[in-house]
Parts: sequence; C-alpha cells; structure tokens
Amino acid sequence: MIDVAVDVLGWILLAGGGLLGVIGGLGVLRMPDFFTRLHAASITDTLCTASILAGLALLAGWSLALGKLFLILAFLFFAGPTSAHALAKAAVHGGVRPTKAGGQEAQSSNT
Amino acid sequence: MAIARLRDLFGAAMLFGIYSLLSAGVFVILDAPDVAFTEAAVGAGISTVLMLATLALTARSERPSARPQWLPLLVVAVTGAALIYGTLDMPRFGDPDAPVHRHVAPHYLQQGPIETGVPNVVTAVLASYRGYDTLGEVTVIFTAGLGVLTLLGLGRAGGAMAHHVILRVVSKLLLPLILLFALYVQFHGDYGPGGGFQAGVIFAAGFILYALVFGVGTASRVATPGALRNLVALGVLVFGGVGVATMLLGGDFLDYNALAADPVAGQHLGILLVEAGVGITVAAVMTTVFFAYAGRD
Repeated sequence: MIDVAVDVLGWILLAGGGLLGVIGGLGVLRMPDFFTRLHAASITDTLCTASILAGLALLAGWSLALGKLFLILAFLFFAGPTSAHALAKAAVHGGVRPTKAGGQEAQSSNT
Repeated sequence: MAIARLRDLFGAAMLFGIYSLLSAGVFVILDAPDVAFTEAAVGAGISTVLMLATLALTARSERPSARPQWLPLLVVAVTGAALIYGTLDMPRFGDPDAPVHRHVAPHYLQQGPIETGVPNVVTAVLASYRGYDTLGEVTVIFTAGLGVLTLLGLGRAGGAMAHHVILRVVSKLLLPLILLFALYVQFHGDYGPGGGFQAGVIFAAGFILYALVFGVGTASRVATPGALRNLVALGVLVFGGVGVATMLLGGDFLDYNALAADPVAGQHLGILLVEAGVGITVAAVMTTVFFAYAGRD
C-alpha cells in the first residue's frame, strides 16, 4: 500500500516538474524584459529540476541511485541560484535596467 | 542553420553550446552515455568557454564579405552531393547483417569483459582494443596545446572579481566537489560511463571556474605555467611509455597482456595507466588554453 503511494507521489512530482519546465520555457520566450526572463529561467533551474529529481528519488527506492540523486540535488541547489545571480549581476554591470510598468526604462542608480 | 546565418559571433557561440547539449541528449536517447557525457562536458562546457574567451580577443561580429561567394558554394554543393551518394551504399542503421556488426563488434561485446577484466565495454575498446587510436587522439590534444602555447604564450594578467561575494563563496564551496567528482569519473570509467577524457575536462573546468572568479593571476599561482607545461607532456609520455614498456617486456606495442603475470591483471593495469595519461594531458591542455586566452588582456 505504501509502495503504491510512494510510486504515485513520485510520478506526480515528475509530471509537475515537467509542467514547471514548460512554464519556465514559455516564460523565457514571452516575458518582456531581461530580468523577468531571468526569473522564469531560474524557476526552471531550481524548482523544476528539484521536483524531477525528487520524483526520481521516490521512484528509485533505497539504492545507490538514491544517494547519487541526492548529491546532484545538493549540487544544483548551490549552482542553480548562483548562476542566476551571476547573470543578474553581469546584466546590472553591463547596464541593463529593468523596465517599469509603463514601459519606460528605470533610472540607472549609481552602483 | 541559424549558426551559419548569424553574423553575431556571441550568439553563434551560445547556439553552439545549445546544439552540443541537444546532441548530448540525442546520444543519451541512443543509449550511448559515455559519448553523451563527453559531448556535454566538452561541447556545452569547455568549448563555449573557450569560444567566448576567443571572442574577447577578437571581434564581436563577423565582417560581411565583399561579394557573393559562388565558387565556395559550388565546391560545397559538389562535395555534399558526392558524400550523400556515398552513403546510399551503406547498410541500414542498426542492421544486424552489416559488416560492422558481424566481425569485430560481437567479439568486443562478448570477450571484452573476459579478456580485459573491465565491465565497461566502451572503456575496454577505447583503451585496450583500439588503444593505438586513443594514443593518436591524445597526441592531437597535446599538439593543439603546443600550438596555443607557441602562438599565445601563458599570460599573467586578469583582475579578480573582488565585489562578487556570493560567487566567491559558492565557488570555494563547490570546487573541492568538482575536483573530487573528476577523480571519481576518472577511476569509475571502468565500470560506468566515464574515463580519461571526461575526467580531464571536468578537472580543467574546476580550474577555469577558479580562474574566472578569482582572476587568472591567482589561478596561475595554483597551476603554475611550468607545472602545466610539464603535465601536458607527461600524459602523452605515460601513454607512450606504457606502449614502450610492453615492447620491452616482450609483447607488441600497447599489448597490455605483457604487463603482469596474469594477462587480465595486465590489461587492467594497462587500461588504468593509459586512462590516467589521457586525463592528465586533457586537463592540462584545457587549462593551458584557457589561461593563454584569458591572460592576454
């Protein structure tokens, strides 16, 4: 009984992760501004991969694959948000400014 | 097609990285994890970094050509047509009656683990059955490194990113894990996807990450130009040395059976040494090439 529940939860997480990936990709294509696109991409990076890996971990059971999946998850937890942060920092350094609600560029502050 | 039409070289470099990642995915679907691993590490990782470093040295977009290039187009069309005509004669993909599947491949698949003692058939073929080809590959990488060294030399310039605290902290956290993973891939190549090429590339990626975040000058103190030059040559020397040792011990060139009393143990030792040589040279050459590009500013 508990096996079926774990399996179902694993498949739900996998499907959810796939859905999040599609949403993230859609966001990257449709968002108007660099920073909003970056936010959409980082959703794909962290939440989508985390839920796919968690789903795979639930489906793998107690095995060596589980340990490896946890290591991959830990690595991506560090590397994903850091790369999004690096992108944002590089953009600010390069002079990209977020557009305000009315469609105008925000004033550049003295960074 | 988009890559060929783009004049913006930065976009072309990015598209090359995406193309490599997609090819790695295709290789995984085709049940070839070793090749996918190497393609992802080299194509989507190191190649993109090196191309971006080259772009920093040269122009950002391609100069448009003065007049339409009809002669090159004709040459490409004729060559392409000849190649396609040549492939019409080839057997169907995956055909069990094809010559490539009848003679050598079943022997490798069945006798490989028994003769070499290594469960991963890809590593057995790469390092033992076709070891001579791999020696050629390592020599090619070595020559490329030599070429870069003679043309550019190892620079020392490059400022550190002093204000990027998050990047520095996370890099310091992740670098030991990256290098450890490279060692794991190097030695696990006998049992699963992995081996010398992938491990060397991951090693170099660790050093390149350090150089990107902390500056090429600081990284040059860790991986000194003299040590890098010696390591570039050492890997090829180890590989060739194993071949010469087997000849001195009475066998043919690169016949690992002669290395130990038990042929299977000899194969195991030979594959281990040869993969180590490959890993050393690949890591040293990739790091050298990046330092040579990045230190030029």
